[in-house]
Amino acid sequence: MMPNLGTYAFEVLSSYAATLVLIAGLLIVTLRRGMRARDALRRMEEETARHGKG
Amino acid sequence: MSFWEYANPVKFLALSARVQPFAWGAAAVGIFVGLVWGFFFTPDDFRQGSTIRIIYIHVPSAWIAINAWIMMLIASLIWLVRRHHVSALAAKAAAPVGLVMTVIGLLTGALWGQPMWGTWWAWDPRLTSFLTLFLFYLGYIALWQAIEDPDTAADLTSVLCLVGSVFALMSRYAVLFWNQGLHQGATLSLDKEENISDVFWFPLITSIAGFTLLFIALVLYRTGTEISLRRARALGARLEKEA
Amino acid sequence: MTALLIRDLRLAFRAGGGFGLGLAFFLILVVLVPFSVGPESALLGTIAPGILWLGALLACLLSLDRLLALDFEDGTLDVLATAPLPLEAALAIKGLAHWITTGLPLVLAAPVLGILLNLPAQGFGWLVVSLALGTPALSMIGCFGAALTVGIKRGGLLMSLLVLPLYVPTLIFGAEAARRGAVGMAVETPLLLLAGISLGSVALLPFAAAAALRMTIR
Repeated sequence: MMPNLGTYAFEVLSSYAATLVLIAGLLIVTLRRGMRARDALRRMEEETARHGKG
Repeated sequence: MSFWEYANPVKFLALSARVQPFAWGAAAVGIFVGLVWGFFFTPDDFRQGSTIRIIYIHVPSAWIAINAWIMMLIASLIWLVRRHHVSALAAKAAAPVGLVMTVIGLLTGALWGQPMWGTWWAWDPRLTSFLTLFLFYLGYIALWQAIEDPDTAADLTSVLCLVGSVFALMSRYAVLFWNQGLHQGATLSLDKEENISDVFWFPLITSIAGFTLLFIALVLYRTGTEISLRRARALGARLEKEA
Repeated sequence: MTALLIRDLRLAFRAGGGFGLGLAFFLILVVLVPFSVGPESALLGTIAPGILWLGALLACLLSLDRLLALDFEDGTLDVLATAPLPLEAALAIKGLAHWITTGLPLVLAAPVLGILLNLPAQGFGWLVVSLALGTPALSMIGCFGAALTVGIKRGGLLMSLLVLPLYVPTLIFGAEAARRGAVGMAVETPLLLLAGISLGSVALLPFAAAAALRMTIR
């Protein structure tokens, strides 16, 4: 199934590996920061609502 | 319904929520199909052997790296002229994506260049311009981080993006003047004759489409993050004042 | 306008004003080069135009810190921003003052340092011409970089990160002109392009710098 990469196997495989790692890293950082920010906003909105009522 | 409606954060977030699922899904499909097709189901190139497979990641990432900056430039102009916060935040959101794409472009370029040209790096015009683009991204992101007031940060980074773009363009030509270069000519010209052959072209264009959709999805999500942070900060400030 | 220029010049020449530091740095850098690349004359002669250009550029960069930061701290910039003189003109004057106190001395010192680096005889003239044409660009681009980062505490390093990529076209054409001159090739193209960059920078960057400054002071 794996194509015969011959002498260039290292270069080709490392390119793909590096790309996937970097994109995965970007996704992870993006999602973590995003979820934390949205949670923080939700908490702020709840507290603002409580403050309004109290 | 004008495009400018989406300068309103609420409308923007609503649109983003509708578009994102499609963007993420299509991006995943495009990248998966493009890379699997390219990696497993295409032949070796006559001259470049199996390294031709690197094209399916190198070209799309480089394409996004440049277009991300162009998008940031347009968004910066919109901020400076019309003061839409969504625009400034979109530029801020796009920069790290562009930076990562530039790094991928540089890394895959080096890995491809070593077997082909016998060197990990060459001061060829395209590579050199790419390296300068990397530095511009770093500077832009660093400036955002360094300024406390968000609106001032948006202002100054927009000016940097503008002036930087002019100099980046100048650099591109200066560097061409300075060295003729090893890098092949344009892969993506509209004139089909210059293009690489179809058997490589179709998986490549699929991959490019996938990367582009990934960029869109990431920027939409990240702009949403920035909007959330901005709102949370505003609410926090208000709560503090009332306390 | 003249008053502003004279004031800036006087401040630079005063003790503690930083005049001469750029020159000293230039000298030290040039002296370090043979220690890093070896003393072989032919090699030094080949790289001399480029090294001298790079040294002048870095010396310019180092003196940009004082360009606006001090005035920002003591409130002078606020005064300048509200004065009848347009801020753009004031910043152009500051760029000019920087060139007179930093760029120009570097241009004059370069041939002397060229001797240390075994610069070919026919290269001296072109080195001076290229630096004379290019250092105004360095001063004005630096002024823009300083305006961008003036409000940032200890923003010197960030300013360098921002300004150095902007310096690339100037460096390419300036050093190319100096190199070609040193080996007797035609220098018109790089010199013209270099002059173009300087003229463009001096004409347009004061506006960008003033805009940036207003954003910080606001």
